[in-house]
Amino acid sequence: MSTSAKMETRNMSFYYGESKALENISIAFQACRVTSLIGPSGCGKSTFLRTLNRMNDIIAGTRVEGEVLLDGRSIYDADVDVVDIRRRVGMVFQKPNPFPKTIFNDVAYGLRIRGLRNRTELYDRVEASLKAAAIWDEVKDRLNESALGLSGGQQQRVCIARALAVEPEVLLMDEPASALDPIATQKIEELIRALRDRYTIIIVTHNMQQAARISDETAFLYMGKLVEVGKTDMIFTKPSCRRTEDYITGRFG
Amino acid sequence: MNASTTKETAIKTGFLVVALASIVILAMIVVFLFREGLPIFRKVSVRDFLLGRYWYPTADPPDFGIFPLIVGSVVVTLLSCVIAVPLGVLSAVYVSEIAGSRMKEILKPAIELLASLPSVVIGFFGMVVVAPTLQEWFDIPTGLNVLNASIMLALMAIPTISSISEDALHGVRRELREASLALGATRWETISRVMIPAALSGLSTAVILGMSRAIGETMVVLMVAGGAAAIPESIFDACRPMPASIAAEMAEAPFRGDHYHALFATGVVLFMMTLAFNLVADMIAAKYKQVGTATL
Ligand SMILES: Nc1ncnc2c1ncn2[C@@H]1O[C@H](COP(=O)(O)OP(=O)(O)OP(=O)(O)O)[C@@H](O)[C@H]1O
Ligand SMILES: [Mg+2]
Repeated sequence: MSTSAKMETRNMSFYYGESKALENISIAFQACRVTSLIGPSGCGKSTFLRTLNRMNDIIAGTRVEGEVLLDGRSIYDADVDVVDIRRRVGMVFQKPNPFPKTIFNDVAYGLRIRGLRNRTELYDRVEASLKAAAIWDEVKDRLNESALGLSGGQQQRVCIARALAVEPEVLLMDEPASALDPIATQKIEELIRALRDRYTIIIVTHNMQQAARISDETAFLYMGKLVEVGKTDMIFTKPSCRRTEDYITGRFG
Repeated sequence: MNASTTKETAIKTGFLVVALASIVILAMIVVFLFREGLPIFRKVSVRDFLLGRYWYPTADPPDFGIFPLIVGSVVVTLLSCVIAVPLGVLSAVYVSEIAGSRMKEILKPAIELLASLPSVVIGFFGMVVVAPTLQEWFDIPTGLNVLNASIMLALMAIPTISSISEDALHGVRRELREASLALGATRWETISRVMIPAALSGLSTAVILGMSRAIGETMVVLMVAGGAAAIPESIFDACRPMPASIAAEMAEAPFRGDHYHALFATGVVLFMMTLAFNLVADMIAAKYKQVGTATL
């Protein structure tokens, strides 16, 4: 089972300088599944997510121990190109962060830096990505306007389109709907469900109902440790740890 | 409760007075500048003053055409920009985006130190070191010329440009940099395609304020520009930018004579130019602030 995992960590620990933020985490993510990461604030969910595409590399003084594997290969090996990893493992951030560019150029950004110049091909890929992110109809007439003029939910879907445009294999989402209203949130959730056929999705959320609605698997993190991971309905109905149950039922955190 | 409001009113009034005082002083200076400058236009037309090609204020009859001085200022300022803008902006990019923290600790104070050098010292350096070097390299009669002045002015503008540019880059939201890196962009792609465009308004402000610093600078151009009140035909010609002219001649100009008024009028022109620079800088900053960041 674990050999077929799309992405996997083995005994992974993470340090910000001297302080240990993640401890000995071993978890496997199967291809074409949605996994929710839940846990109280500060437990290390974002930190964990960012170890999966090496975003923590840009923070000085950080260190990873143990292994992080993508298709069975360690992504922290010396001969691995971090740029390649980040292309294969896309990321959507908590706050929508469109570039100060037009919507078209925003979504085309990742394609262009990969050397795609052909205008029609660019256009096709941008269109396909915006459609996949369920935002095409809302922006097709304003591709040459700034994404900053869109609503927060629309901006977030443009950001998802931008991440999809480079055809990642894994999609990391750090509370992608936490800055959005319920209707926009619902759209993002529908989108995640639609994307699960093609992508391995790992999503951080503070919203238990959301985790229950969208994910196949759920992992509970607490103080930098993985407390338990399993099928979402199991975690929500019969968690094996007391802590998980307390957290899910809202007794703490 | 009552005592605290009284105290607050007193503090507010105090600040108001201080703020007003500086405005009043500024206004007085401007009024004075115009009052002393405008009388020259009884002798020459505005057009002849600005576009006249001859500046012989002490000849008989005198010529009050400051066109060569304006050209001198503009040429020296533009050339200094050509030198200072790439260096200033690139050093800011280096310090804020590329340098490790130790390198940063050395570089930042070094650039700031450059700003704290008195202009007379920079002028001196230009006279004693740069001038003979230029003379030798290019085999020209004098090293006190447009090029020398531009290099020295660039030295003075670089810290301004660099530190404002660095603030501008620093002000770009961290999220944008992360978004770019997360898409698999390299550090250089992130700098050139996201950071610099997003900081463009701040970078333009930096450049304009750097120029405005250069155009008003007096001591350096007085010392190294060569002083000839003629339109320079090459960068190896001497020139006489406006501030140099004012500083050099004011002492010998008879009080409230025509020459005196002409120098003040030159000051008015200089003031208008720096004012324009600053207004443009403000406009750019305000325009882009509304959108949050520059829109490409
Ligand atoms: N850049 C950093 N430098 C040092 N410590 C950090 C840094 N970022 C996070 N931490 C610490 O690491 C721990 C985990 O933080 P993290 O952001 O991963 O938590 P989180 O589970 O995502 O929380 P939240 O739900 O509030 O987003 C916290 O104790 C936090 O203070
Ligand atoms: Mg977080």
